[in-house]
Amino acid sequence: MLAWKLCRNLFITARYKQASSGDCGKDASSALLSNYEVYQLLTDLKEQRRESGKNKHSSGQQNLNTITYETLKYISKTPCRHQSPDIVREFLTAMKSHKLTKAEKLQLLNHRPMTAVEIQLIVEESEERLTEEQIEALLHTVTSILPAEPEAEPQRSAEDAAMDGEDPA
Amino acid sequence: MFMLVEMVDTVRIPPWQFERNLNDSIAEELNKKLANKVVYNVGLCICLFDITKLEDAYVFPGDGASHTKVHFRYVVFHPFLDEILIGKIKGCSPEGVHVSLGFFDDILIPPESLQQPAKFDEAEQVWVWEYETEEGAHDLYMDVGEEVRFRVVDESFMDTSPTGPSSAEATSSSEELPRKEAPYTLVGSISEPGLGLLSWWTST
Repeated sequence: MLAWKLCRNLFITARYKQASSGDCGKDASSALLSNYEVYQLLTDLKEQRRESGKNKHSSGQQNLNTITYETLKYISKTPCRHQSPDIVREFLTAMKSHKLTKAEKLQLLNHRPMTAVEIQLIVEESEERLTEEQIEALLHTVTSILPAEPEAEPQRSAEDAAMDGEDPA
Repeated sequence: MFMLVEMVDTVRIPPWQFERNLNDSIAEELNKKLANKVVYNVGLCICLFDITKLEDAYVFPGDGASHTKVHFRYVVFHPFLDEILIGKIKGCSPEGVHVSLGFFDDILIPPESLQQPAKFDEAEQVWVWEYETEEGAHDLYMDVGEEVRFRVVDESFMDTSPTGPSSAEATSSSEELPRKEAPYTLVGSISEPGLGLLSWWTST
């Protein structure tokens, strides 16, 4: 019914069974979501709630308003607000050759690391798994595919700037 | 840090909402019930993602409302262990450094997980990393409001549902202060290179 479905194709499907939850008999099995997907979902929800606006049914939703506002505020400061489904897809394709786990790729996507020390934090046992050249290559892939904060990187290459121009965000 | 969790619940829709679209009413009820709440062993609920299946709705004798079993997916904040997160320092105390993400506050970095050697400055109520250089120790302060990168090393869920009168009486006699326990807490660590205040690791 909603634009939510857009995000559905994207999510990184690391499914696993969880221990049975106590509350109201909910059976939980789960998948990981990237910050970009949550950002997209929350902005759509905000838009939709603004449209239906002064509707009598929207009362009693203070909890939803609080949590969506706070979460959106946090996520808006992360690099994901400049991403798009195409960028994420391109990123995941490029990551195939690096032999990383899903959790590692997800964190690279969420954090957009710019230094080698950040890569070493995110990639487990990076000393054994990656050589220095591989870390450099990984950094290059991450920073060239994922768009940066527009004002954060003044000394960027022309190629990056051209890519941001296409970005609708 | 966010997960999509499949859940099943029975939703009660009161009769005065029957004129509305059932999906809309159910989405609203689920958000009313779950948003901004911690579900035990699942995490902090953010908002409804979608409804995957609606079973038949029933009206029971003596109650005009409809009861519908709903299969749905919810967005939940539940970082996995060893995940790297960025938050803001909310405060320091002898128990460690308290970190907030804005929407989630119950994160503690205990003293033994700080960059070593660390000491607590009683006068300023702030934790300090006594960073060793050739020119001697250099004090790096962890001030309130600074952005900090940390690793999630542990999580704990606390059942905060009300207890029966018998056990409540027993505990109140032993300890007087009714301390409010957080239902979901994360334990962080910054004892690795690259972790800690963002300003410590940006090359200048």
